[in-house]
Amino acid sequence: MKKPTLYLFLLLSLLLALPAVAQEPVTDDEVNAVARDLYCPVCENTPLDVCPTQACQDWRDEIRMQLAQGKSEEEIQQYFVERYGPRVLAEPPREGFNQIVWLLPIAGVVIGAVLFGLYLNNLRKEGVDETGEVAQSTAPVPPPAADEDEYISRVEKELRE
Amino acid sequence: MIADLGYAAVLLAFAVAVYAAVASAYGAYKNDDRWVESARNSTVIILPLLLLASGLLVTLLLLGDFSVDYVWQVSSREMPTYLKVTALWGGQAGGLLFWNLLLAAFTAAAMLRNWDNQRELMPYALLVGAMTQIFFLGLVAFVENPFARIAGGVIPADGRGLNPLLRHPGMIIHPPMLYLGFTGLTIPYTFAMAALISGKLDDTWIRTTRRWTLVAWLFLSLGLILGGRWAYDVLGWGGYWAWDPVENASFIPWLAGTAFLHSVMIQEKRNMFKVWNMVLVILTYLLVIYGTFIVRSGVISSVHSFAQSAVGPLFFGFLAIMTVFSAYWLLRRRDELSSPNRLESLFSREAAFLLNNFVFMGVLVATFWGTNYPIISELFTGEKVTVGPPFYNRVNGPLFAVLLLLMGVAPLTMWYRSSAERIGMALRWPALAALAVAGVLYFAFDVNSWGALLGMWIVTVSLLLTILEFWKGIRARMKRGEAPWSALSNLMARNRRRYGGYWIHIGVLVMAFGIIGSYFFQQETQIRLRQGESVSLGSYEMTFQGVRQFPGPDDLLIKEASLAITDNGRSVGELTPRTELYTRSGQPMTIPSLRSTIGEDFYVIMVNWETVTSNEATFRLYLNPLINWVWAGGFIFIFGTLIAAWPDPADEKVTAAARARRRAKARPAYGD
Repeated sequence: MKKPTLYLFLLLSLLLALPAVAQEPVTDDEVNAVARDLYCPVCENTPLDVCPTQACQDWRDEIRMQLAQGKSEEEIQQYFVERYGPRVLAEPPREGFNQIVWLLPIAGVVIGAVLFGLYLNNLRKEGVDETGEVAQSTAPVPPPAADEDEYISRVEKELRE
Repeated sequence: MIADLGYAAVLLAFAVAVYAAVASAYGAYKNDDRWVESARNSTVIILPLLLLASGLLVTLLLLGDFSVDYVWQVSSREMPTYLKVTALWGGQAGGLLFWNLLLAAFTAAAMLRNWDNQRELMPYALLVGAMTQIFFLGLVAFVENPFARIAGGVIPADGRGLNPLLRHPGMIIHPPMLYLGFTGLTIPYTFAMAALISGKLDDTWIRTTRRWTLVAWLFLSLGLILGGRWAYDVLGWGGYWAWDPVENASFIPWLAGTAFLHSVMIQEKRNMFKVWNMVLVILTYLLVIYGTFIVRSGVISSVHSFAQSAVGPLFFGFLAIMTVFSAYWLLRRRDELSSPNRLESLFSREAAFLLNNFVFMGVLVATFWGTNYPIISELFTGEKVTVGPPFYNRVNGPLFAVLLLLMGVAPLTMWYRSSAERIGMALRWPALAALAVAGVLYFAFDVNSWGALLGMWIVTVSLLLTILEFWKGIRARMKRGEAPWSALSNLMARNRRRYGGYWIHIGVLVMAFGIIGSYFFQQETQIRLRQGESVSLGSYEMTFQGVRQFPGPDDLLIKEASLAITDNGRSVGELTPRTELYTRSGQPMTIPSLRSTIGEDFYVIMVNWETVTSNEATFRLYLNPLINWVWAGGFIFIFGTLIAAWPDPADEKVTAAARARRRAKARPAYGD
């Protein structure tokens, strides 16, 4: 490269870099805020903001650059998902097949609660036979405690022993 | 030579385990005591054989015999001695040998201790115990042999060294605790299956195994707590629990075991839910195997690494066999396990325990689902996904809240039935007092997260209710003229399980206090500082004074920053976060430095991935409020478990009497 061309090239690069320099520099906290919810495919289960490997540093530099270009968190996430697949997200995207990761536990708890309630109720009803008497238990039913608890009476009983 | 002897000991132990299974089965079939006794003796013999094998492996590690592949993989010449010893469980093959050793120890102890009082279950207990041991010994003997020679025949000059993450004093104690918990939890299963197969389904097996469960559970809890502390001290990300699959793998069996420890009380008191208790014991065992499988096979990372790993498919096969085996016997004895007793009220202790079990199962299923979902997704869509902390926090958070509230409210209920009115009366004042506490947090401390306020309210209610339980007992005793302190200790001595349990509850509530504080109010910032520059977070200000670099033990290169710390303008000393580079493997570690107070931790990491010049460095600062309450709660938790699990003098007398009776009976038969 001849000297004048080199100078021209340097000047041009400087001009191109100017808009980025003119903005407020992106802080580490801003980078981490985005990195926190991302996972690189190599360091499984280590969020990007705390991962010490070189690969993750490169990703953070990428985030910093894109933040400097004014991209939003969603856009940056989208960028990584397009390149590396949905595994970079902290939780599966809520679309398509992956919805079941959320739907199943919710459905499980709701259906479970209903079944559990029915089961308890059933157990209770079975305990009452046709005459309306409570079915015989192997152990005698303690007398209903008046104001003090069964607990105190037990402590007292222990003391008398 | 030493390696050959070690391998011979493993092979012999395997053969003895197979013999024990055959002899106990034959003894049970022929109803011949001599075979059963022989099976017992061989079960007990496995322990010294494995002690020998483990001792020899440790010897090889200490000698640095790199002709042995395992020694080459996990140790190096310059490693400190204690790490050479703990390298026994620092890799796959050695870890499995150690697993076997602890399993043999638990099994031998359980068989000897219950030989007299569980005589009828013994043939089957020996058989089931041997089945587990055979599988794990088979892995060590034929798949992951820690004594195998290095391939190629060229002896390397030095080993690769232990994984840097494991070169921490916490690693001495954390894995053995988890292993003890895991292997110990096979004992209740052994007796439960023995009861199912023999058909002796009365309550004796459950009484026998209750304490074994508690002891194993103590170790597993200790392992979980220590694991959290280790992560906090070594992993350098400001937290202690990340819902990592490996963490989940030990948490899931813990959940099943905890559910069992609660529901077993219904069986003891009311002779109900016997099928359910069997299911929980079996589930706990299967989840222990599954947990070991998750850690060992790498299945979560990728379905492909599972197919390639030698142990993965074997674990899967064993898990399938044991599931079918357990399910078969459970279904066969189903009718014999049914109870004539019925639930009489929805406001009863029984119902409260059932609700507890329901919520525990909810947490278990959600955690299991989240841990395994990446496999499911990969199988069905071919796409890997990550299920990270947000999922677990959102799903398990509310369930934990319910458990914490139940912890306080459930003890108010009585067996058979109690009235909603009475429970409401007992709840009224603690609920109002806790509301006042939440109000103070809201108005005076500016706590405005509804999740945190609700959490703190629940913790306060349950804490007050639990303390009131103690107070009720103490007051009753004091009325009889006992001094407060002796009233408390007599109360606890009289019913150690109950009050040990309450201490455990207090421990969990204190931990919850710390978890809520550090989860909702953690502050953090990251900044690049020049020498002499300062940054502040909360009431702390820290000034960067410089970095010094020096070689550490082994191949370690350490860079240590010096930071002057002031709290509210008052100097409180120096913090020295460091980065450690293992030059051979190139693996970096960031070791935090922290200032702990009862209110919060000021936790600093030198972020080592930026180039550290001598006068400039990047730091990450965390303010973790209330985090020390997590560890304090952990201590209370363990204290409570010890109270509940400590051998009972009365039980000891019964056992000794049974032993004496057998000796008296046995004497003429053996003619001595």
